[in-house]
Amino acid sequence: MSSDQDHLEETDTEERFAFKKEEKSAFDTGKGLTEETIHAISDDKDEPDWMRERRLRALEHWQEMPMPTDWPGQPDLSEVDIDEIVPYIRPDIETRGGAENWEDLPDEIQDTFDKLGIPEAEKQALSGVGAQYESEIVYQNMQERWEEKGVIFCDMDKAVQEHEELVREHFMTKNVPPSDNKFAALHGAVWSGGSFVYVPEDTTVEMPVQAYFRMNSEGMGQFEHTLIIAEENSEVHYIEGCSAPKYSAFNLHSGGVEVFVGENAHVQYSTVQNWSKNTYNLNTKRAIVEADGTMEWVSGSMGSKATMLYPATILKGPGATDNHITIAFAGEGQNIDTGAKVYHNAPDTKSTIESKSISKDGGRTNYRGLVHIADGAEDSSTAVECDALMFDNESTSDTMPYMEIQESKVDVAHEATVGKIGDEDVFYLQSRGLDDDDAKQMIVAGFIEPITEELPIEYAVELNRLIELEMEGSLG
Amino acid sequence: MAVLEIDNLHADVAEENGETILRGVDLEVASGEIHALMGPNGSGKSTLAKVIAGHPAYEVTEGSITVTLEGDEFDEEIPADLREWDLLDMEPNERAALGIFLGFQYPAEIEGVTMVNFLRTALNAKLEEREELFEDEESADADADDEDEGYETSPMEGPADEGEVGVAEFQELLQEKMEQLDMAEEFANRYLNAGFSGGEKKQNEVLQAAILEPEIAVLDEIDSGLDIDRLQDVSNGINSLRDDQGAGILQITHYQRILDYVEPDFVHVMLDGKVAKSGEADLAEKLEDEGYDWVREDVYEAA
Repeated sequence: MSSDQDHLEETDTEERFAFKKEEKSAFDTGKGLTEETIHAISDDKDEPDWMRERRLRALEHWQEMPMPTDWPGQPDLSEVDIDEIVPYIRPDIETRGGAENWEDLPDEIQDTFDKLGIPEAEKQALSGVGAQYESEIVYQNMQERWEEKGVIFCDMDKAVQEHEELVREHFMTKNVPPSDNKFAALHGAVWSGGSFVYVPEDTTVEMPVQAYFRMNSEGMGQFEHTLIIAEENSEVHYIEGCSAPKYSAFNLHSGGVEVFVGENAHVQYSTVQNWSKNTYNLNTKRAIVEADGTMEWVSGSMGSKATMLYPATILKGPGATDNHITIAFAGEGQNIDTGAKVYHNAPDTKSTIESKSISKDGGRTNYRGLVHIADGAEDSSTAVECDALMFDNESTSDTMPYMEIQESKVDVAHEATVGKIGDEDVFYLQSRGLDDDDAKQMIVAGFIEPITEELPIEYAVELNRLIELEMEGSLG
Repeated sequence: MAVLEIDNLHADVAEENGETILRGVDLEVASGEIHALMGPNGSGKSTLAKVIAGHPAYEVTEGSITVTLEGDEFDEEIPADLREWDLLDMEPNERAALGIFLGFQYPAEIEGVTMVNFLRTALNAKLEEREELFEDEESADADADDEDEGYETSPMEGPADEGEVGVAEFQELLQEKMEQLDMAEEFANRYLNAGFSGGEKKQNEVLQAAILEPEIAVLDEIDSGLDIDRLQDVSNGINSLRDDQGAGILQITHYQRILDYVEPDFVHVMLDGKVAKSGEADLAEKLEDEGYDWVREDVYEAA
């Protein structure tokens, strides 16, 4: 093997996700969740009292609300016992709030993100990068030219300190209150890390900003919070990447995302998640869109034992637009329950939802969606398209597209297809020289093409590569 | 020069108590020859085509399909012990690597996969598979080691430009072949057969053959659904496969019409799962005028 190939091997996709680092932390709360846990987290972060109080109120909601158990076809959450996880782990680093140079990080953390390809991507195609390791952001940097224009891209914990008013107004208040659902409540109680993005009026951030969330320790929970505020006539593309190595005990990821899209602003939120197959991925993501604004959700949900994720958009102002593109892949033992929610609360609002799912080797994918068109939201339109592709008779896919239409002057379109991968299609490609696996991979790549074409090329390639690995069954 | 030899081929639909469709087909097609295979509906023509290509919906119960190479086919001298191939032991993609091409009567539509991406992938897959078929065992082991070295993927740059034929070189090849078939340039970036008209699909089948350069091309009703202009384009394409690339052609058709443009050296008639009669070009004309009844009478009287 030549030295050239040595290098390639170091960066191969499979390897990049499978590795794990020795657990080493500066502080953790220990397992379980009580009021003392909240105080320990708040003390460690030296938070203002209002945030501590919000956490405590969220904890009350968590304690009062029942686990969701009665949704048709939903993942089994009985294993998710909060007493068994460590909700807060502060990695052992000197700089709180994120170093500005990768070199300032301890070797093993630097090495982790190197393997994930983040510094390389930053050089080539990104305006800014945040990287979270366990519960805290360890690296945060943005090109100066954006800072000069008043763009803020920083660690969420730092934002609580440095941009207190903005955060106090927007953080889990009118967008995702802790009372929204059981895991939003949990998130509100123990959240840590994540990104704060603020884009001033009339500002277009041309290259995407990215945050990468890495869970390294066994049996931990990661609860990062992302708050994006895009003012009038602004534009930003935020990319979120996630991964964790495989352990025998379960991990819990319960992120919270709140997006505020101002008048005529444009926000794209892209996610490529690749959790290990012991991770429960239970998130709440929501955007509120003012008049003529546009929100775009692009999600690739790979990995995890169970995912429940339904990015929601509230079209609040007239002429607001929402686009959802989601792709889910479920292999053996996985239940990927994803979808979209859109509330048309104003006239002339538009939404399109395009969902693609692939299931294989007994995996299950669900599309669970809701489109609500309020009385008075006249001349609004929605188009929902859900396609499911199954590899075999053991795999399952369900489509549950709920519609609540209270206004009559609207245009509603819905299409759903569920199909098995076509033997004739596979044979056609085989007869041209592709072997059975390559033929199927080509069909799957084509099936998800409408989604990959929305992503920056590096991520499209990455997503395709991940799907190939999933199909080969070689990801932990 | 290669020879496809079909000997006493019997095949059933591959399911419990599956219907028997082929009942002893004998046929031989060599590089450089054009054969027309005619016969009434249900006589087994399309099934024969699919069985040659290795379609999993059929099970061969008796007989053989072999390909014999002369040794000079694929640019390199082929060792004597690697010139005889039993197709029935081979996967469809291996048969393709050996030079078998099937032009489908109803080509599949693959959404999301552009023509250019598909064709380059197919060409490189074929070349790679061919290399595996013809290499000796020592280097086969060495190659197997290679594969364990992991994916040559740098995370943010995407896959290295895999394959023997690179993007630029392939673009040129594709453009040239498309021009020959009078196909608009935009075809290269359309999704494979998706939304193509019947005629465009057939043109595309011939284009694929032109790029994959088969030894033997089996074309199943390539002339159905073609208007006269396109029939000429497709016919020119088929003639070029033979004249310029030296391919053997087994052309399944119901109509004399295409045979006016692609003149067959041999004409065969299939009846009830067998080749019932063979002759030269004039046989097709007689079939066009008189139908198949006289063949049936001939055959069953003789029997």
